[in-house]
Amino acid sequence: MRTSLAFWSILRKDMKNYYLKPPNISWGIIFPISWTLMFFMRSATPVDLRDILPGVMALSVLFGTTSMLAVTITFERRSRSFERLLLAPISLNMLMLAKTTGAIVFGIVNAFIPVIFAFFLTDLSGINWFFTIIGVFLIAVTSTFLGLFIAVSANEVFEAQTFSNFFRFPMMFLCGLFMPMEKLPVFVRPFSYILPLTYGVDILKFSITNTGNFKIWISLIVLLGYSVSLFLVSMYNIRKKWIY
Amino acid sequence: MYIINVKDLSKSFGDFKAVKEISFSVKKGEIFGFLGPNGAGKTTTINMLTGLALPTSGAITIAGLDGIKNIKKVQQIIGIVPDESNLYDEMSGYDNLVFCASLYGMEKARREKRALELLKQFSLDDTGNRPFKTYSKGMKRKLTIAAGIIHDPEILFLDEPTTGIDVESARQIRKLIKELNAKGTTIFLTTHYIEDAERLCHRIGFIVSGKVVKISSVYDLMNEAQQENIMEFTIDQNGEDLESALLHQFPHVAIKQLSPYSIKISSVEKIELMPFMRFFEEQGAIVSEAKILRPSLEEVFVKITGIEINRLKEEKEGKKR
Ligand SMILES: Nc1ncnc2c1ncn2[C@@H]1O[C@H](COP(=O)(O)OP(=O)(O)OP(=O)(O)O)[C@@H](O)[C@H]1O
Ligand SMILES: [Mg+2]
Repeated sequence: MRTSLAFWSILRKDMKNYYLKPPNISWGIIFPISWTLMFFMRSATPVDLRDILPGVMALSVLFGTTSMLAVTITFERRSRSFERLLLAPISLNMLMLAKTTGAIVFGIVNAFIPVIFAFFLTDLSGINWFFTIIGVFLIAVTSTFLGLFIAVSANEVFEAQTFSNFFRFPMMFLCGLFMPMEKLPVFVRPFSYILPLTYGVDILKFSITNTGNFKIWISLIVLLGYSVSLFLVSMYNIRKKWIY
Repeated sequence: MYIINVKDLSKSFGDFKAVKEISFSVKKGEIFGFLGPNGAGKTTTINMLTGLALPTSGAITIAGLDGIKNIKKVQQIIGIVPDESNLYDEMSGYDNLVFCASLYGMEKARREKRALELLKQFSLDDTGNRPFKTYSKGMKRKLTIAAGIIHDPEILFLDEPTTGIDVESARQIRKLIKELNAKGTTIFLTTHYIEDAERLCHRIGFIVSGKVVKISSVYDLMNEAQQENIMEFTIDQNGEDLESALLHQFPHVAIKQLSPYSIKISSVEKIELMPFMRFFEEQGAIVSEAKILRPSLEEVFVKITGIEINRLKEEKEGKKR
């Protein structure tokens, strides 16, 4: 009871202070539009919007969540207000879940903005919405916890941002969006297989365009595994680093 | 009777021992002060007591609970005011307080009422709607204290509550601390300022280079400071003429003529003011001023720590600059 009250307060505060601030809202809209335009311009032949939807959605989530955690966690650490949370009578697990839930929700909302655009521009019938939602949710959770892992390792906001790019860009190029996986050079393919985004994109490809390389349950398990491990490793690091 | 018990508490950062096997106890209802120079380990000790740092070894008991294993329970009954504010810059004073209250599970109506109450009590009601970042240093410190006591903690930890703010704000804060204590809150504070320790604390622990070198009540410290009791009288006639009569009546005192009309009387034994007043009256001298010189805690501090106060202050100010 007491914990849930604190949980909602932390979530509400983050929403109000960070997520619902104009720069973040507009960012959530501009980002997917730019991606979509980029895809259009890149290809010589007209593309089906629906084919690029999984990629745009996945990247919106990835960039949205990881950027936000650099602010909600690293920034609060710098300004010491994070200490106030550590000093509150809430378990560390609960506290970190409260801090990350905002980013997960933000990521999910970001993912569906391109879907709203696509709805007016193309035919979306036949999409498996169930798996689309599950896929988006898992991508949001995994990238949020990846962001958490990064935020815990960084001491400055810019460090967290730089460090995120170290993960984000390879994932972007290797997840099978720009180039189908089987066309990637053989020596980079293993990297592709260890990156969580690859599996997230694959779920969306399966549910939206009915393509996809892996069996869906494999992707689900891999993403779940990633989420749990990233969270646990981050918690371990927090206990070691922040409760020094 | 003891609400905080600390036994052989140590904290190392790598090879460096910041806190070295300190032991002390804080009585329920008292104001206990940790007095020590920069880098003595005051903040590190508070961090261990409040759950922000994990001791390398030793035991902490707070209100009967294990302060290491049960820290989340302990945190429910303690309030913490850090040396630098840790509130949210963008949020208003009021919102900050309400948010802090919710961390302790206070219901909406109760936390809003309490936040307004505290803003009023701390004379911040006019500025409650302004963002915290627009507050002055003194206002920030006050709001940070308000946030620390929003849930009516049994024990309040204050890390250097009066450092870096002006005289008037410091005075207000000392008053608030005393009022809180009068209502039953046990207070643990750290300070550099001897004057603060003296004015506020019931008992003082001296910490130097990670070691508690002495724990004593202010009263005992005073007595120890100067084994001598000193009084000064200003009278309307030349004191030299009275010297022999004085010595005759009070054989155990030492007399020193500070100026023709001012006499200093000292004794290793306890002396009272009244007998001397009566003596002067009998001698037909009118006393225009009589004072008991209080021994200064500063001297005790120097004696105990071997550190000159001025150096201490300079160091501190240099650091804050
Ligand atoms: N996280 C840390 N890592 C390494 N050393 C530390 C850490 N925190 C504190 N120290 C060291 O431990 C010693 C005690 O520091 P602490 O902050 O407890 O002193 P303090 O008594 O509060 O001093 P001040 O009056 O300056 O606030 C110092 O030498 C400090 O450099
Ligand atoms: Mg300190």
